[in-house]
Amino acid sequence: MKLFALIIVIMTGATLIYSTLEMPNWGDPNSPASLHVSPRYIEKTLEETATPNAVTSVLADYRGYDTLGETTVIFTAAVVCILLLRRFEDDKTV
Amino acid sequence: MIWITELLILTILLICAVGAIHVKDLLSSAILLGAYSFLMCILWAEMGAVDVAFTEAAVGAGISTAFFIGAIYQTTRRTKD
Amino acid sequence: MIRLYDDLIIQTVCRIMIPFIQLFALYVITHGHYSPGGGFQGGCILGASFILMVIAYDIKWMKKRFSEYTNIFMIAFGVFIYAFVGLICIILGAEYLNYGILHKVLPADPVKVRALATLGIEISVGITVMAVMVSIFLNLATFGKHERGEV
Repeated sequence: MKLFALIIVIMTGATLIYSTLEMPNWGDPNSPASLHVSPRYIEKTLEETATPNAVTSVLADYRGYDTLGETTVIFTAAVVCILLLRRFEDDKTV
Repeated sequence: MIWITELLILTILLICAVGAIHVKDLLSSAILLGAYSFLMCILWAEMGAVDVAFTEAAVGAGISTAFFIGAIYQTTRRTKD
Repeated sequence: MIRLYDDLIIQTVCRIMIPFIQLFALYVITHGHYSPGGGFQGGCILGASFILMVIAYDIKWMKKRFSEYTNIFMIAFGVFIYAFVGLICIILGAEYLNYGILHKVLPADPVKVRALATLGIEISVGITVMAVMVSIFLNLATFGKHERGEV
């Protein structure tokens, strides 16, 4: 059974390594990711949002709804942690 | 010369990752995961993604190691398998 | 796990270090416009300073300064500020989280007000992340009892 799992893992890894050969080079300016919307953000972020750091302006301004969801995820993690783990002294059920 | 540094960091990263799985002591495993996160942070900073590197250093190497150690103290320190 | 150490060296070093860690965390949060950083990273560092207080001193010592009520209040308060800023944008007549419309209520032009609103949102995310990190650590390390262990 361990041999079977090893074969599966090796096949998955080989597939992943093979698929990285098709990826664009690191820092390639002609890759699809840096042609579509990235130049727009880099050029317009200072005159539209007055924020020199493009990462902050994308995170909090252009994609503010995304960050709201991220904050809600962290909030939910804390609420679940309190609900599952917190025990009070006068609680007779535990 | 930069690729030699990258190769060195990646080799230590791989050693940390394999060691974190194979070591029997869970506390050592948590510390190895912290070292893994920190090497990953160096790698990201070297590639130019400074914000991601900062997040990795604050969350991966700092907070999550403290969480792991806090959780290990509630259970046994040695792994069963 | 958490007990009162009588180790003078650890307590002294932590007492000297904690204000600088918190000052650096506030710098990371508020300087996120110009340098790497932001609400999430700064909140993590700020939470780590409170975790250091718990480890070096005692859980009671920390809860005297940062009570559990305040902690749970802050978890919800950060998300509330974030969503409320978006709601103000709707009330003033723009889309949700479109901060440019806030120049009607804040003394700045529509471009500068976006940077101001971004700062407010970074602070709210920092508040939430700080409280969440402290809460998760206390609940994990003391198994929800919030008292010091017998070790």
